[in-house]
Parts: sequence; structure tokens; C-alpha cells
Amino acid sequence: MTVRKRRGTRLGVGERRTFVAGVGMLAWLVGLLWIFPVAWTVFTSFKTEQDAAAQTLHQGLTLARYSDVSHSTTGTLSLQTAFTNSLVVVIVSTVIVMLLALPAAYALAIRPIHKWRDVLFFFISTKFLPVVASIFPIYVYAEKWNLIGTRTVLIILYIAINLPLAVWMTRSFFMEVPRELIEAAEIDGTSLLNQLRSVILPIAAPGIAATALLCVIFAWNEYFYALQLNFASGSTMPQWVTSNVSTRGNFLAKLSAASIIACLPVVLAGWATQKRMIRGLSMGALK
Amino acid sequence: MLPALLYVVAITQLPFLVSIYYSLTNLKDKTQSLTPEPTKFVGFQNYRQIFSDPFFREAMWTSVKMTVLAVLLSLIIGTAFALLLDRKFFGQGIIRTLLITPFLLMPVVAALIWKQQMFSSLFGVLNKALNFLGLNSIAFISDHPLASIVTVLVWQWTPFMMLIILAGLQSQPSDILEAANVDGASGVGIFRQLTLPHLRPYLELGALLGSIFIVQAFDAIDVMTGGGPGSTNVPYFVYQESIGGGFRYGSASAYAIVVVIFSIVIATFALRLLSSLFKDEERG
Repeated sequence: MTVRKRRGTRLGVGERRTFVAGVGMLAWLVGLLWIFPVAWTVFTSFKTEQDAAAQTLHQGLTLARYSDVSHSTTGTLSLQTAFTNSLVVVIVSTVIVMLLALPAAYALAIRPIHKWRDVLFFFISTKFLPVVASIFPIYVYAEKWNLIGTRTVLIILYIAINLPLAVWMTRSFFMEVPRELIEAAEIDGTSLLNQLRSVILPIAAPGIAATALLCVIFAWNEYFYALQLNFASGSTMPQWVTSNVSTRGNFLAKLSAASIIACLPVVLAGWATQKRMIRGLSMGALK
Repeated sequence: MLPALLYVVAITQLPFLVSIYYSLTNLKDKTQSLTPEPTKFVGFQNYRQIFSDPFFREAMWTSVKMTVLAVLLSLIIGTAFALLLDRKFFGQGIIRTLLITPFLLMPVVAALIWKQQMFSSLFGVLNKALNFLGLNSIAFISDHPLASIVTVLVWQWTPFMMLIILAGLQSQPSDILEAANVDGASGVGIFRQLTLPHLRPYLELGALLGSIFIVQAFDAIDVMTGGGPGSTNVPYFVYQESIGGGFRYGSASAYAIVVVIFSIVIATFALRLLSSLFKDEERG
């Protein structure tokens, strides 16, 4: 499927300038409406707790909540620990996912093996198994092998949840590589590894990046396994955020600051790569 | 390919098999039980019990409503957003950036934002706005738990749908659209006759991926209602039966197995749909 860029403003027959301006206004309205809860949270995170609770702004804006949440009381999950845990778990699991997914996708896309379709369906179908269906055995065995509360158990599980999607998506990106290029490389006697490196990867790279980013998003934001299998000191950012919800006293501004810190890395990564994601999805998600 | 396959089998399928075995026993967490009894094989007793459990039936129904509503709404709104963004206007990139942000947020954070800042009857922006307009406050989460959760899910998943549909729109050959324009086709006509058929596989893909993730929604429910009445979907129900407080691993496994069978039936339909997409490009 070729991706063709649209040119110009696409003023159709009967479409007036005012109509185009109207579309722009509508888009702005919708965009601002959609982002409002996030913007409001950012706003709240700079307030004092009194102002946050009353939704007023008498005491000005301050960065104090950010320093509050980064210096937590001893004995609870600290920002530094949670951040390091998240970072390690996300990076290690994503790297392993891609290392496993690329050869699998290559096999499925470029050298179709017998019954490749069944294999592909199997990969996707594992996504339909609710996590709750396998959580007890996982829990029981994690406990048996002393993995509860470790990063290892999360890495193992995040690989499993992201692998099917990664295989599926990278396969579609490999399909984009023109067969002639691969055949030409084969005739020239290029080794498989060199073929991958010099022919296939450069073409499929944007798609692979989009896939890896999706894996990062899902792993960074994962809450269920982190909650079940990791307590306090071993856990990740989503749990650190919820640890800032206290039942007593004012906490809204603090919670907002914690939310912003927790989401910022992935949001920034997503913003930076959004065009690639769209391209990646159009390139191959359907192939 | 083998390593990936083996890995997926080991981590997803083996525990599932163990679950099947558990479902035939009366396994419980001994430390949580006042009267420990030895684990024994009870056959299909757990399964018989399922079909007489009104709470499970309710959870199934909630699951269906939650998934269908959230997927449909986010698809429709996502398509509308994609159509808007597919046109050139001032600040297009900024708006796209703003719109995709909710998808990048942690589901836990999204749920907290809505619970504490928007819906809350004490601090909530929505109720402040209602009061400002002279209307009475609404206890959104306690009175309308399902609608509240669906709102958050739709808010997060609309951007994802938008990205997929946008990808579809951008892959539409522009010469055909121009030709239709020259022939004097109306905007609505072009959309219905050309754009919509072209978008169909993208809509199907969005619905499929959306359902896979939304049917397993856990975070939003846990944060917003803790599984209060009317908001417990099947995953949350199974969670409550087992590690979430019930600790009846045996019967909880049976519930989980029923859910899996149920999902596979639905998935088969969804995958058949997908296979029609694969058909065109099979290479012997």
C-alpha cells in the first residue's frame, strides 16, 4: 500500500474558505476540550493544597508539590525507586520483545513457513486470554520461586503481554520490503544477517520504532501485574502514583504533581514520535 | 521464530493449563481461610456453581455493555476527529498532539484525574460548572458508575482509534477523490461511496484491537469504584473471587476458564474478519 501525501488545502468544489475556517475552529474547540482534564491537572499541581481542594487560586502558584512528592517518607515506595524500577523493567522487556519479535516476524513475512497463518493467529489469539485467567498460577509459581516483589517477574510478564502485538506489527512492516530487493541481495550472496541489516531494517525501521514505542507505553503504564506481584519497594510508577492517594487530609495538588511526573516520560516520547506512529499504523497494520 | 513462539506458549499457555487444573479443585489460600481444608479434586462442581451465580451473570452483562459502548463510542468519535484532522488548518500539529495525549497517560492516572478532578462531588470541576449554571450536583461515580468508567475509557481510546483512522485516510489515493470531485460528486457522497469503504478495514482493526484491551479493563474500575455495584466487569469479578479478597482459587479459575471460552467464541468471529484481510496477500 503506498502512502500518498495530500497536497494543498484540498478545497473541494463547493467548499468555501469560511467552511475551512469553521473546520479549523471546530478542531481547536474539540482539541482543547479533550485536553482539558490534563490541563486542569497540570494547573492543580502548581497550587497549594487549600486552593486545590476549593478549586480556587488565592495563594498563587508554586513548585512545592513537586518537591513534596519527590521526598517521600521512609518506608514507602519512593519516586527514585519506582522510577528506576519502571525504567529497568520497560527497557529490558522492550529490548527482549524486539529481539524475539524481529526473527519471528521475519520468518512469518519474508520466508513464509508452512501454515504461517495458523502461527500468526495463535500469536494474536493469546491476547484474547484475560490476564485474570492465568494470574493465579503465575502468582503461585512466582511465590514458589521467590519472584514476588522483584523486577524480574514484571520483565517476564511484560515480554509476554507485548510479544504477540510486536510480532504481528513488525511482520506487517516487513511485508512492506519489496521482494525484488531481498532476491537481489540473495543473488549477490549477501548473508542473512547482512540482508537484515542493510536491506530490510532501513525500510522497516519507522514501523519497528512505532512498535517498540507501543510496547514501551503498555509496559510503562501497566498496573495490574505490578499491583498483584510487586509490593512497596519493588514496584513501578503506576503504584507510586496511587501511593500518593491518601484517605485523610488534602492531597489533590500532590496527587496531580505525582501524576504529571509519572506520565511525562511516555507522553513526551509519544509526542515526539506521533507522525511515525501514524505512518507505522498506515504502513502495515493491515497487512 | 521458535524462541518467540516458545516464550509465548510458556508464559501464556502453561499457566492457562494450570488454571484448568485448578478449576477442577477446591484450592483456597490456606493462610486466608479460618477452617483450612485439604485441596482435593472436585470435578465440575465449580462449573455447576457458575451458572447459578447471579453476580457472575451481572458481571458478564456489565462486561458486554462496557466493552461495546466504549469501543463503539471511541470509534465514532475517533473517526470524526480523524476527518477533522485530515484537513489543513492553522495549528493542525498542535491539535493532533493535544488529542493523542490521553492515550499516552497511564490508565491509573486517567482514572484518578477523572475521579478526583472532574467527577468528584467535593472538588469536581463538572459539579462546579453545574452549580455555576444553577443546576444541582450529580454524584457521577456513585450514581452512574458504568457511564463514568465508559467516559474515561472513551476519553483514552478515542485517540488510538483516531490514529488508526487517520492512517487510513492518509493512505487513500487522492487522484480518485479528485476525479470524484471533477465529476461533481457531493462531499457526503464521496464520504459514503469512497472514503467509508476504504476505511472499513481500518475501522475493523480499531474495533478488534480496542475490544482486546477494553474487555480486560481493570485499572479504571479499581481506581474509580473498586468494583462497586454496576461496575464490576468479568475480569474484576474474577479478581475479587481470588487474589482480590476471595482467595477461592479453585472456583475463581473456573470462572476464568468460562470467560476464556466465551472470549474465544467472540475472538473466532473477530479473527475470521481479520482473515479476510489476510487473504489477498497469501503467498503460497
